[in-house]
Amino acid sequence: MSTPTPEDLLLKPVYPVGIVGYGAYIPRYRLPASEVSRVWTAGEGGLPIKEKAVPGLDEDVATMSIEAARNAVKRAEVSPTAIRAVWVGSESHPYAVKPTSTLVAEAIGATPNVQAADWQFACKAGTEAMVAAIGLVGSGMARFALAIGMDTAQGKPGDALEYTAGAGGAAFLLGLAEDSLAIIDATYSYVTDTPDFWRRAYQKYPEHGQRFTGEPAYFKHITEAGQALMDATHTTAKDYNYSVFHQPNVKFPQRVAQMLGFKKEQYETGLLVNEIGNTYAGAAIIGLTAILDIAEPGERILMVSFGSGAGSDAFSITVTDKIKGRRTLAPQTRDYITRRTEIDYATYARMRQKLVMG
Amino acid sequence: MNEVIIAGIGQTPVGEHWDLSLRELALLALEQARQDSGNLQPQALYVGNMLAPQLSRQAHLGAMIVDFAGLTGIEAVTVEAAGASGGAALRSGYLAVASGQVDVALVMGVEKFSDQIGSSVEAASATSSDSDYEAIQGLTSNAQAAMLMRRYMHEFNVPREVFAGFALVAHANGAGNPNAMFRKAISEETYHKSGVVSDPLNMFDVAPNADGAAAVILTRPELLPPGFPNPLVRITGSSLVTDTLALHDRPDPLTFTAARLSVERACQKAHISPLQIDLFELYDSYSIFAALSIEAAGFAEKGEGWKLAQNQGEPAPISLQGCLPISVMGGLKARGNPGGAAGVYQVVEATQQLRGQAGGNQVPNLRRALVQSLGGPASTAVTHVLEAISPS
Repeated sequence: MSTPTPEDLLLKPVYPVGIVGYGAYIPRYRLPASEVSRVWTAGEGGLPIKEKAVPGLDEDVATMSIEAARNAVKRAEVSPTAIRAVWVGSESHPYAVKPTSTLVAEAIGATPNVQAADWQFACKAGTEAMVAAIGLVGSGMARFALAIGMDTAQGKPGDALEYTAGAGGAAFLLGLAEDSLAIIDATYSYVTDTPDFWRRAYQKYPEHGQRFTGEPAYFKHITEAGQALMDATHTTAKDYNYSVFHQPNVKFPQRVAQMLGFKKEQYETGLLVNEIGNTYAGAAIIGLTAILDIAEPGERILMVSFGSGAGSDAFSITVTDKIKGRRTLAPQTRDYITRRTEIDYATYARMRQKLVMG
Repeated sequence: MNEVIIAGIGQTPVGEHWDLSLRELALLALEQARQDSGNLQPQALYVGNMLAPQLSRQAHLGAMIVDFAGLTGIEAVTVEAAGASGGAALRSGYLAVASGQVDVALVMGVEKFSDQIGSSVEAASATSSDSDYEAIQGLTSNAQAAMLMRRYMHEFNVPREVFAGFALVAHANGAGNPNAMFRKAISEETYHKSGVVSDPLNMFDVAPNADGAAAVILTRPELLPPGFPNPLVRITGSSLVTDTLALHDRPDPLTFTAARLSVERACQKAHISPLQIDLFELYDSYSIFAALSIEAAGFAEKGEGWKLAQNQGEPAPISLQGCLPISVMGGLKARGNPGGAAGVYQVVEATQQLRGQAGGNQVPNLRRALVQSLGGPASTAVTHVLEAISPS
């Protein structure tokens, strides 16, 4: 057996594939982290973010995915009937059994000639769906495939996760490079069995391994995936205009960016966690939508997701000149961030059904 | 009684060893110590461990370690006395060699905290207190130390800030120890700004639980291999003393009586006065414990132990440059607190110092070190006197 070269490890489709349309969605409600701290720690201790997005009473991963998918389809200017796969990655699918993706596909008008299934891999379910969509399109099996990462994340009241567990995500309609506003040059995934965060069946809230979620999980997988992708594509941090990483809090993505050699001006555009919280399966990719909202043709983006359990998908992306006409066809990510209604902890407890009655 | 020489020392870095198991940690330290001793073949293993049955679901560490190290057939047993387990294991090894029953004893301490997280670690640690009367009330080790510190501040009318010096010295010394968990000096401002753990203890008043293993090999001088390369260090005094298990059963909780008695008895055996020692490797699991241990050993009057940690224009007396260096390689605070292994780390580090192998942390002109480990609030205290044998 010969050792694979870095180039052998790259995932590249037969036909070049890119992003034909993209769309974000963030619910309007915001819970300041200081509210969680006020209720649970008498205001003591640091805050990992400023505030997080909270879904309204009538919102869930299905409705939010539909919003993002519609934005992606608008930007792609493609008939929904041409979409041959609708894949939704999330760790908060409304049903344990019954797909979210059929509901989304139906709502956007992509049924019935379509693949539909839900993906689950903690916070990288959305990027895993994207890699699969690249395969479907890049092999010639389908012209267009829709990959979505969306979450209404769960945080146990009083737990460290409650400060950050947010809601939001993004949808990407993938197609051939010639139709694309950004080309996905290559991807690479790094996956191990590292149990840093989990939620078993019938449990309402996830558990986590505290600091074990840091070094051996988040940092190890993102740096390995990001570095391997750069090595295999013969690039360094300097070759990218933007970078975006899974963002569970403000500190982790900044530190991992620095570990991989990126500077603040490269990662600040995609760093949204301070304003919307950790959107789990949506976290890295909603950062990508914020970058696509402003990036110029020819600019390059490195994106690395992280999902607990654990794995990272790394993407090298180059923006094309088709970006200019398309990005204004749907609301921009910043528009959703500024559409903001602040709530207090009591309202949050009601909206997220934390109060158990009877 | 035979003379007992520390012939070999070994230690793993202290930290969160996510990728190393209890047995792997043990083997790393054991192999280093054996190599350092010139490959002496141990006849007995005494393992200091406090929490493996709870945290790693593994008891019977003696058989486990000799099996993993390929030493089956020798005597091996675990010695447990909470935080004093490592010191107690050393005493077992010392008695075995001193009595002539064992020629070469291997003493090791091993602890693996990172197999568990959060409240399960707190609950396991609390088993070292009185389960029926203390732990059952929710009294954790941190809470108990916090109450002692609060009482100290009240009795002796001192603000909490005076304890800063213990953390400052420990972290300054940890910076020079490649095996320390925290290798960065901290400023006074950092200490004062850090978050409260259990009022009045802040984060820097509490030593961090961590994984680690350390080992020493004991033998008689005539059994050392020819050409033994290290300066000789011998154990001249050893004492283990107990006190009430529960703090509330003591007439004065601010007096660590067992710590005092074990210093007196160990020094008596070594035929020295405590004032003749050159460094004191004390058990600084909490800054308040450091102050109380200094007072118990007689290096300060009651209520004045904190004064040795003050830096008034010149290095504090407890710093490497002072008259009573403590936590010379970082102590439990900066090197890390590997539970039942801590006592063996303390002895390994004191031996490094007495051999002149402590690098940038070397205390000059050393002859004697006093090493003390505590279980709970000095419910057990083990003290050893180590002495460098000058080349004749």
